[in-house]
Formats: sequence, C-alpha cells, structure tokens
Amino acid sequence: MTLLTVNENGLYCKQGDFYIDPWRPVKLALITHGHSDHMRWGMGHYICHEHTVPLLKLRLGEEQSAQGVSYGEEFEINGVTLSFHPAGHIIGSAQIRLVYQGEVWVFTGDYKLENDGLSEPFELVSCDHFISECTFGLPIYHFPKTLEVYADINSWWAANAEEGFNTILYGYSLGKAQNILTHLDTSLGEVFLHGAVANVNEALSEVGYQFPGMRLGSDTNFSNMKGAVIVAPPSASGTPWLRKFKPYREGMCSGWMQLRGSRRRRSMDRGFVLSDHCDWQQLNKAVIATGAKHIYLTHGYESNFARWINEQYGLHATVLNTLYRPDMEGEDS
Amino acid sequence: MTFVELFERLDSTTKTSAKVNAIVEYLQYADEKEKLLGIAVLMGYKPKRPVKTSDLRLWAADRLAIPLWLLEESYYVVGDLAETLSLIVDQRQASRPFNIQNILEDLIEMQDNTFDQRKEKIEAYWSTFSSTALFLFNKLLTGNFRVGVSKKLVIKALGQHLHMEAAVVEHRLMGKWDPFAETMESLFHQALLAEKYFMPYPFFLAYPVDSDFFKTAAIDDWLIEPKLDGIRGQIIVRKNEVFVWSRGEDLMTDKFVEFQQLHTLLPDGTVLDGEILPWKNGSPLEFQLMQTRIGRKKLSKRNLEEVPLVMVCYDVLEWQSQDIRSWPLAERRALLADTLARYPVGNILLLSENLEFPNWESAESFRQTARQYGAEGLMLKRKDSIYEVGRKRGSWWKWKTDPMTVDGVLIYAQAGHGRRANLFTDYTFAVWDGEQLVPFAKAYSGLTDKEILEVDRWVKRNTKEKFGPVRSVKPELVFELAFEGIGLSTRHKSGVALRFPRIVRWRKDKLAAEANHKQDLLTLIESFK
Repeated sequence: MTLLTVNENGLYCKQGDFYIDPWRPVKLALITHGHSDHMRWGMGHYICHEHTVPLLKLRLGEEQSAQGVSYGEEFEINGVTLSFHPAGHIIGSAQIRLVYQGEVWVFTGDYKLENDGLSEPFELVSCDHFISECTFGLPIYHFPKTLEVYADINSWWAANAEEGFNTILYGYSLGKAQNILTHLDTSLGEVFLHGAVANVNEALSEVGYQFPGMRLGSDTNFSNMKGAVIVAPPSASGTPWLRKFKPYREGMCSGWMQLRGSRRRRSMDRGFVLSDHCDWQQLNKAVIATGAKHIYLTHGYESNFARWINEQYGLHATVLNTLYRPDMEGEDS
Repeated sequence: MTFVELFERLDSTTKTSAKVNAIVEYLQYADEKEKLLGIAVLMGYKPKRPVKTSDLRLWAADRLAIPLWLLEESYYVVGDLAETLSLIVDQRQASRPFNIQNILEDLIEMQDNTFDQRKEKIEAYWSTFSSTALFLFNKLLTGNFRVGVSKKLVIKALGQHLHMEAAVVEHRLMGKWDPFAETMESLFHQALLAEKYFMPYPFFLAYPVDSDFFKTAAIDDWLIEPKLDGIRGQIIVRKNEVFVWSRGEDLMTDKFVEFQQLHTLLPDGTVLDGEILPWKNGSPLEFQLMQTRIGRKKLSKRNLEEVPLVMVCYDVLEWQSQDIRSWPLAERRALLADTLARYPVGNILLLSENLEFPNWESAESFRQTARQYGAEGLMLKRKDSIYEVGRKRGSWWKWKTDPMTVDGVLIYAQAGHGRRANLFTDYTFAVWDGEQLVPFAKAYSGLTDKEILEVDRWVKRNTKEKFGPVRSVKPELVFELAFEGIGLSTRHKSGVALRFPRIVRWRKDKLAAEANHKQDLLTLIESFK
C-alpha cells in the first residue's frame, strides 16, 4: 500500500493520520527541520528533533505544542513505527523513517551527504520507498569541498581587512550562518551578527551550541569597526542597514553561486559556492545507496531528475508535487 | 596578473573604474604578445569556431555519461553554452597554465585538422583546465566572448597604459586587425600610422537633445537636417581605392557595390560621412529591405535594381588628403555641397537636406510629423562645430520623433542569458487577428529588475506548454511596446515587423481583450506609404 501521499495539506500518512512538513494547518505534524517552508505555523501538535524545538519556539511562538525526539529513537503512531535520522542539512535536521507492515519509507526533508562540521552528518537509511528533495538535481551542480570554500572565505576576509574593508557574508540565518561562524578564523578580526542570526544563535544556545560573534545593536560602536566580518541573511543586501559598515565588500554563500548569472545578478563582490543541499553526485549516490526500488522526487529539478533515474538506473521514479521551495537557499524569511 | 585573474577581477565588479584599473594593471605585467591577444579578445576578436556546438554538446555529455537531453535541460538553466560545458566537464584538475596565445593558435590550427584530431585536442584542454580557465577556454572555443567589458573601456585602459589620448588609441584600433599580424609596436608606433590609408575616422555621434537646450540656443546658429534611418557610414577614397565603413566599424565595401566606382569619380584623398539607405524615385525605401539585401551572400542584378542604395552625405572629413575635421561645419558643408555638385556622383551621393525654420516651434512641428517625410526626427548641428571623436555633448544633437506604441499580449517567454539566465526575460508579444492572437514582436528590455522578477514568477505559474527553453503562457498580461519603425515582413506570423521594439510599461490596467489588433498595425504602415 502507499503509506505516504500528497494532499492539499501536505505529505500525508493515512495509516497514522499525521502529516510531514504540512503547508496547511493540521492536527499532528512531524517536522524534518526548522526552515520556514518545512516548519509552518498553525499545527495542533509538532514532533521534531530535540534541537529543532528551540527553533520552533523562536519562529512560531513559545506557546506551540512541540515534542522533541532524538536521532534513532523509535516511537509508534497507530501501528506505524517512526524514527528520525540525521539529514546533515542543518542543526536538528532529520530524515523521517516510517515502517508499516514490513515496508520502509524515508522522507529526506532537505539533506546533504557532505559533512559540514557542525550538523550531525547524514546517515544512510536503507528503505523501499525513498522521497528525496532535488534542489540541485542537474549535472551542472558540482560543489567544491566545503573546507576549501571556508579556506577561501577566510583568505578573502584577511585580504579585505588588510585593505581596510569590512566583510559582509550573506547566508541563511538558520543553518548557513552557523556553519560560517563555526569555520571563521576568529584570529583575523571581530565578528558581528545581524539580529536574525543572533536570535537563532541564542535559541540554539539552549541546547548547548556556542557561536562566535556579537549582536549588532544600538550599543555597537560602528566608528571603530574595521576589517570585521558581519554575518547577515541575504535579505539584508541592498538595504540602508549596510551604510554603517562602509567601506565593505559583500560575499554571498549559496549553492546558486555555482552559476555565473546568479553571481552577477546579485552584484556581489564574491560568490561562495556553499550549500546545505546535495549536489548532483550526492543525490545520485544517495538514491542508489538506499536500495529503494521506488523513488519520489520533490522540490527542485524533479522532472528532469526523475527521468534520469528512470532511464539510468531503471528505478521507478515519480514526481511529488509539494510546496517546498527550491529557491529557499539564498532567500530568508 | 594572468588573463584568468584579469577576467575574475572584471567579472566580480560592475564599476567601470575598477574594470579600467584591472586592465591597466594587466597591461603592466603581462607578456607583450599575450597582452595584445588579451586586448584583442576583450575587444571581440575571435578565431573562427573550429567545431560545431552540436559536437561539443555531444562530447561533453559523453564525458559525464549523461544523455544529451539532460545537457540541454542544464543549458536552459545556465543560459550560456560555454559555462554549461565547463560545469559538465570540469574534473577539478588544473594542470596546464592558461596561455592565451597557445589556445588561439590551436583553435586556428584546428580548422585544418581532421574531426578526430579536433576532438582529441579539445578533450585534452577539458581535462587539464578547471574552473575559470576552463570557462574562458570554452568561451574562446564557442566564439562568444562578451564579458561585460566594452570596447570603449579597453581603449580607455590602453590610453592610460600608453599615455595616449583615448581618441588616438581608438583611431588606431578601428576596423578589423589581426592580433597575430600586429604587435603593440606596430599598432601604436607613430610612423606607421600613415600607411593605414584604409582607416576611417572615428565617427562623431550625437546625444539626444536636452529640453534645456531650447532655452538658450539661437536657431540661426544651428544647421538643421532631417534624421534619416539608414546605416551611418564613411566613404573613403584614397590611393585609387574605395572603402566603405559602417559605424559598427565593419568594412562593407563589398555589400555596397554602388560606391565601388567612386575612385574614378571623386578626387583622391576624400572622406565623406553620411547615411546609407535604400532609395528609389526620389525617396527612401523601407529600412527592412536594406537589411535583407545586406544579409545576402550574393547580390543579383535584380536585388540591385529593386533595392538601390545611396549615401545621403552630411559631412566631408578629408579633402585633398588633408584632415579637415577642425574646419567649422559651415565651411565643410559648403565644400561638400560644391563637391557633390561638381563631380558626376548625382545618382549615388546625395546632399543631406538643410531645413530652414523661423523658430524652434516650427522645427518642433516638423519633428512631430517627421515620419511622413521619411525621417525619424531632426539633427541639430552647430554651424561652427568641429568634427569631434565619439559621442559628445554640446555641438551636435539628435532630436528624434516620439516612438510609436502598441499594446501587445505576452504569449511566449524564454529564459535570458548571462545576467538574466534562469529568469524569463525574453518575451514574444501578439496582437489580435479576429479571435486569434498572432505574434508580431519580441522584446527584451524595458522592465525594471523588480518587474522582471514579478513577470518571471507569473510565467512559472502560468505556463501552458514547454517547448525546450520556450514556454507558452496564458494570454493575460498586456504590455505597451514602443518602436521606431514598422513594415511588412514574413518573420512573424502577423506579417508585420517592428524596428527597435522595447517595453515601455506593463499595462496592469488592461485586459488581454483590450490589446491592439493586427489591423491597427496595417493601418499604421499604410499611413507612411
């Protein structure tokens, strides 16, 4: 039988009568991770990874009814056995495994195989039915090694500082920002945080995470700021908020920076190819390694990737039409 | 600085000054030969493409063991073939320095190679270049090296580097020159200049007139001519030869056979400036006809009879081998009139009309109806002006008639290239023909970045069908298009083609049913007959 289907509210498990990452208000929602296209407001009760709980309270309100589970912990809803497994996307991100009558389903949420050095690395979960995102599901997406990118970011910061410029790094305030902060060489200068980033950091401190950087506010002394790094969400680019940091250079951290057109359109000084999603090779690797016979593809270049999987591997691949946004990376809410 | 580093610096800024600085720095440190080739490439020099792009696509797809359709889908997303190829074949192993001379020589040599040899050479490059170097190689290979650097900008940088006026540099780099046959020395050495007798002068170009102009300008100080819609050109008669240059700095003598006998009719050492256009029975023909004629590889006798060309001359730049660009316009004009009257050039060289108006108001009323006289406005030139270099404000102005406009319905959208890759920015518009919508124009520009994003999202949500990179959309959005000319054509289904169509505004206040009809366009064409 088909354990998971898509209806007008989201990805639905009829047997258990619950949804995963629904986009309309429902009674019971299992949440893969804290990005706003997956974790939406208005659900009766939320179940998510324990590190996602503080993010849920930050973004959706303290009053929400939320239950945290740990990776690998099994629980049951009406005969469906459930467990959360690391997705390697951001802190607290999970693939959700469902078992019913011996058949195993996995929904990846967003994920990557590359270890970012911060979020719990992706765990391969064997299954019969694999529902995968494919944000970067074209062969043009071949991401460089993460550590090499961070080395580039640090040397760019050092060069900017030497010329008396501040360095503004844009990355999604949940996920990318913490990754950047973890890898910055703080011996190079001071680190400042946009409010949206500082809020996420504070929420994560409740579950034991510590990040460098000072929140920018009315007490910040801007006149002395020189050669510093400012970590901000992409939505801050092009706003008057930046004036205080002059002179500065701007760098965008996103998988979309792989394309020259995207780099130039944003008129950034630098584009760093840094993604929390799988690139083409990682997607292919994951799909094969799960051993699944049935593949379902959502958000991204899903129809192209489905055709490829069908033709190349002879696997049964179909497209699931969801409302998750493949353009989230580089955007912010 | 290597050429790769230069490109990266140029590509990461939108500021002109930063680009000029980067080029100047490159010129300081680069090897003499590579420097000239680098400049040539930035200015648009490209060897003939040694292989078909369809072969490149196949080879690249084979390397990654992906089917061709997947490469095509990727190309739609990237919007640039060279970049798509690079992303597909990049093995992240760079083991060869980027030597622009070797690359260009190889590409030229490949033209004489067998198919297998070409493939082998190109694949060897693909295996040993990575990232930017690989992208640049593919750009040179596919022959479309546009990287956000204008010719003007390169000239400015060269001027700074050589301590020469930009105008002098420009003069010496006009036309087509072979970077392998030249050196920095041969191009920029004083003594050699005299031998370049086929060279045109840099064109003097006018800006659109400011409204402030009319507050102070006395009409008697100005020579007023109808602004004709043709190809701006220079006719050069030197050393018993004729050269016809277009403003795009293309040597077009072969296309314009009418002028080839002029060395027997005019004295040696004469250079004329004017507008080349199709002309019959005392008045201009549709511009479209000339474009068709220029496009032909071979001209038949019939083509020449149907679309004869003339130059309507408005200036003389050289007379008896003397550069007279510093003479006042009134004197050059008198010499021009005298020359055209004295020598038997009557059916191919015409004198630009000198329009007399008592005041600016009567000039304005002519301008508004200029199309009825086969003109697209007026040219205003100070009678005492010298012939300057490039586009300058002050002594020459163009005063164009207002564009015509039409409301069209968006029916197809296609993703753009370069900066606009992955965004639907190229639109096809239609007008009503009874119950049907028939396409009549494509337009790319005119919307703000914000509007482009809005239309892009709308297109993605309202797609009816996909044909490769093109999407047909629900016929709902109405745009006002402006254009400079209109004529009959087989290019579009409507049977009508516009000249310089561009979007003026998004008519959110209009429904598709309120867009214009084909008959409106036909009526417009009729009115100019």
